[in-house]
Amino acid sequence: MNRDYDDIPGTYVFDGEHSRKGYALNMFCLSLNQAANREAFAADPDAYLDRWDLTPDQRRAVRERNWLELLRLGGNIYYTFKLAIVDGLTMQDVGAAMSGITTEEFSAMMIAGGRPPTSSGGRP
Amino acid sequence: MARIVGGVGTSHVPAVGAAIDNGRQGEAYWAPYFAKTEPARAWMAETKPDVCLVVYNDHADAFSLEIIPTFALGVAPRFPPADEGYGPRRVPVAEGHPELAWHLAERLILDDEFDLTIVNDMPIDHGCTVPLSVTCGQPEAWPFRVIPLCVNVIQYPPPTGRRCLALGRAIRRAVESWPGDERVVVFGTGGMSHQLQGERAGLVNLPFDTAFMDALVADPDAQAQVPHATYLREAGSEGIELVMWLIMRGALGDAVTERYRLNHVPTSNTSNGLIILESGPPADR
Repeated sequence: MNRDYDDIPGTYVFDGEHSRKGYALNMFCLSLNQAANREAFAADPDAYLDRWDLTPDQRRAVRERNWLELLRLGGNIYYTFKLAIVDGLTMQDVGAAMSGITTEEFSAMMIAGGRPPTSSGGRP
Repeated sequence: MARIVGGVGTSHVPAVGAAIDNGRQGEAYWAPYFAKTEPARAWMAETKPDVCLVVYNDHADAFSLEIIPTFALGVAPRFPPADEGYGPRRVPVAEGHPELAWHLAERLILDDEFDLTIVNDMPIDHGCTVPLSVTCGQPEAWPFRVIPLCVNVIQYPPPTGRRCLALGRAIRRAVESWPGDERVVVFGTGGMSHQLQGERAGLVNLPFDTAFMDALVADPDAQAQVPHATYLREAGSEGIELVMWLIMRGALGDAVTERYRLNHVPTSNTSNGLIILESGPPADR
């Protein structure tokens, strides 16, 4: 179905369609809130991922830490960020990776007033 | 009767909480923002509410995608800070007000037919605790009781602006029908423009934020008509949190006086804003 937000650039609205697609992926990410799960995931990522009903594409995006692909495959940023926390990343690191610039460029962009709404990524 | 004595709209940026907890308010990055928040702490110290009703959204800490309540009212005697992956914030456990919270649940469900979710066990994350830190600093205990009202704005569709404004107005009636003499401040939190995800991450739209604040004060019914797609487009995917400010605005009655406002870009990835409102037109003061 067409939505009135489909044409917004560089934006993945977490609607029912995304939520259905990403349920297992997001719940996997959420499980990393618990220390025992973080340890199990770090010790043997494949074995830990076997516990979750992820698609092959989702599994690959997790292993590659492909933050943008995780969104496309149903991830929600508040959930996928749990995976980023495990890696010691900040929201600016992840924002930079998703918009295709370095963290330094991202931080400088924010200090200079942020990204205009008409932007679809890259340097503002 | 209990009374609503004021409202605070404010962003609830986690990095602001971390800066306070780690004593970094004096650093060059943070000092200008914290200087702008001083009048908010002065207002809170002078206003001395007995209860604060904090409207915020949980970020996968108390709730998850398993169950997604649109409006969830906390009726517990206390609310501990949530562990969001870094250990809980070193802030006081919030003391609740179960008697008033249950009264609100009854009146809102029976009189105004809001189908609230009632929550007995709910850790509060940065969405609730950062606004308390911004307005109170670092006390041993929060200087008021807290009633959290959690709104779903993460899973589309969030409630409409109209519904949020109407809920605020119903909260005003419910508070005023409580026989106690509590003085209540309502917080609407989240926003302002920001987008954490996608190629457009880092969005800021200060003209939108300013216009939102102006409309919130002067014409909340018009602002309540603004569709979600406009927030998503202009204020970013996470800027839609601003609908929660309409609950605060509704709780203040028709006319309000703006006591203070700040805008600061950026705090972390967010356009940070704060507004303090009191009930009644300026001429009455």
